[in-house]
Amino acid sequence: MEDMLFYDRMQFAFTITFHYLFPQLTMGLSLIIVYFKWKFLRTRIDHYNDAAKFWMRIFALNFAMGVVTGIPMEFQFGTNWAKFSELTGGIIGQTLAMEGMFSFFLESSFLGLFLFGEKLLGHKLHFVTGFLVFLGSWASGFLIIATHSWMQHPVGYEILSNGKFVLNNFGALFSNPWLLPSYLHNQLASLVTASFVMASIGAFYILNNKHSSFGKLFVKTGVIFGLVSSVLVAFPTGDWAAKNVVEHQPVTFAAMEGLFETQDGGSEIVLIGQPNVVDKKLDNKIAVPNILSFLTYKKWDAEVKGLNEFEPENYPTNIPGLYYAYHIMVGLGTLFIGIMALGAFQLWRKKLYGTKWILWSLLFFLPFPYIANTTGWYTAELGRQPWLVYNLLRTSEGISPTVSSGNTLFTLLGFIGLYLLLGMLFLILVGKIINKGPVTAEA
Amino acid sequence: MLAIYVVLDGYDFGAGIVHLFFAKKEKDKKAITNAIGPFWDANEVWIIASGGVLFFAFPTLYASSFSGFYLPLIMILWLLIFRAIGLELRGQIHNRLWESVWDKAFGIASFLLALFFGIALGNVVRGVNLGMVENGVSAHEAHYFFLPLWNPTFSPTAEHLGIIDWFTILLGLVGVVTLTIHGANWIIYKTNSDLNNQLRTVIFRLNFVLLALVILSLVVWHVIAPRPFHNFMETPWLWIFPLLTLIGLFGLFLIKTFKKDGAGFIFSSLFILGGFASTAASIFPKLLPSTNSVNPSLTVYNVAADEYGLSVGINWFIIAVILLIAYIFIQYRVFKGKMDDIGYGEH
Repeated sequence: MEDMLFYDRMQFAFTITFHYLFPQLTMGLSLIIVYFKWKFLRTRIDHYNDAAKFWMRIFALNFAMGVVTGIPMEFQFGTNWAKFSELTGGIIGQTLAMEGMFSFFLESSFLGLFLFGEKLLGHKLHFVTGFLVFLGSWASGFLIIATHSWMQHPVGYEILSNGKFVLNNFGALFSNPWLLPSYLHNQLASLVTASFVMASIGAFYILNNKHSSFGKLFVKTGVIFGLVSSVLVAFPTGDWAAKNVVEHQPVTFAAMEGLFETQDGGSEIVLIGQPNVVDKKLDNKIAVPNILSFLTYKKWDAEVKGLNEFEPENYPTNIPGLYYAYHIMVGLGTLFIGIMALGAFQLWRKKLYGTKWILWSLLFFLPFPYIANTTGWYTAELGRQPWLVYNLLRTSEGISPTVSSGNTLFTLLGFIGLYLLLGMLFLILVGKIINKGPVTAEA
Repeated sequence: MLAIYVVLDGYDFGAGIVHLFFAKKEKDKKAITNAIGPFWDANEVWIIASGGVLFFAFPTLYASSFSGFYLPLIMILWLLIFRAIGLELRGQIHNRLWESVWDKAFGIASFLLALFFGIALGNVVRGVNLGMVENGVSAHEAHYFFLPLWNPTFSPTAEHLGIIDWFTILLGLVGVVTLTIHGANWIIYKTNSDLNNQLRTVIFRLNFVLLALVILSLVVWHVIAPRPFHNFMETPWLWIFPLLTLIGLFGLFLIKTFKKDGAGFIFSSLFILGGFASTAASIFPKLLPSTNSVNPSLTVYNVAADEYGLSVGINWFIIAVILLIAYIFIQYRVFKGKMDDIGYGEH
């Protein structure tokens, strides 16, 4: 039973991590593509339209990857988490089914039109299809995060005598206090990824002296969108999301911050240190006093509850993992603001395209927003442990009763092999698109 | 919804099978990928949406069948991924070896998917050992089960059932032949390729095979599952579904005489939809029959979600369906006609 739970969790973690590499780009990118199309409609300068079409090719590839890796996510609710599905399907089935019925159909129908229909549709309608693709992908994110929020902070339900959760208030699913902060935080984080990817590829073109006019447009757009989104993702949305954790999952917050003990006279914020769960302390700690109390409650000496105030059986299962995920996210997020601010400053001085070291930094920053997004999700998911539905249903109670661990390990290994292949092929293809570059004017 | 999924993704599986067996020339292969390229991922969205709706309307069925059919479902996922890779990648690098590898991946995955879907249907008709009863005692809760891929006897009446037995294989073959015909019809409808005339002959001949398989599986079905015609006797208007199936089946014999290229596609769609509806009508209200006498079958009544959730759900579902019909209308209007020149996969 123990290793069954472990394999189930590993398989879900592996497949969702891989899956989310794609939607995090497409959600943010769709917004920037709509921006390019809009600029083109206003100015009728082909440059913007060509840029939009170039990014659409990258979008389409990522979207296809998102679809094929997304189906296993939905299936796993039934295959590996059957008990969870049976007990909560009447509630989370709502939002998941709505995702398929509303956003997914919208996105996929109009993506086909956007990709192949420009000549048939004309410029205005083509813009509309692009906008609908954007709308579909953002609606999709909304419904997934509504599902996620219900698991973090269940609302609008009642529990029957047979243990089943049934819905008694549909509207509550969408007025869940957890939903809006998480959604905004996540969408802005997705925009951070898209901005960095755009700036990175732009920098690649400038440094390569190839397609440099597009390179300049991409770097400029990436830096502007990147600065705005990097700031907003931290403040206010990251702050809101953290306040939710403080209020509804204080034990998770303590673990995230590595706070083993409640501190008198205000809590310090830990910058670096390794959680030592056995001795209940942080090794090699570097911390700044009282900052955590201030950030959390706007009072220097406010009390932030440490892990010692809670029952050990309700501790997040993997305290060091949670702590690192959170600190990597926050650390990278701070770096993002720094580099984008520098880029924007040089852009304002009209010196950006000649400042090689910033271009090189932008180029090499490509993987980091992906890491920050992933660790951000790890923070949320590890933070929810040991619960599937917070405080109501434990993770160990949700797995499929009849599937053996041997079968799950078999499929986990299969997924690992298949996704490695898929990842390599994806990189080859995306490399090919980038190498070919945007195509100017219609042939 | 599941039936619509099979009609839609079915034609691109079928096109894949045609691609595997009948498309020898590069030009023909291109014609096939052009005919399905812009549609396949939108078709695949149907499986996600069907899964979602199944999940929310019948959570217990979703939990029971997805965990019970664990292995084949995960394998279907792998095949779907392989098929997508094959289709999307073949045109990306112009190298004969590269192209032939992905052609085969695409074709074989399509073939296996068609086979698997037939087998899945067979499993639902035959039923499973709910609760995994042995010697009259349930080893698990009454609605859970797990099936291995096969048992050594490959028999649908054995004590320990497997997913693949000679009955489900038979339905698997029905699936393959049906979708091959269906896919060929789609290619005829959507392209002007040289293949079209050859495909009409293929459809005509395969249709005899299909007819034979359908008769055979009905006979076997009658032996395995008790009283398949019971519901039709009780509620005579249900006969309309088998009737539609038969119209679809026999209509296809006239394939060579059709003036319009889309007519064949309509008949094969009719056959599939009618077949699904007939199956559902035959086992209703059961959704997954039980093969033991200890635990009851899963029916629409004992696996449905609660009333409030369903009543809210039906509201947004209707809105979503109206929107969906609008999207499909727009999509097929813009892409009406033949797809030969679209240049799919040649970025």
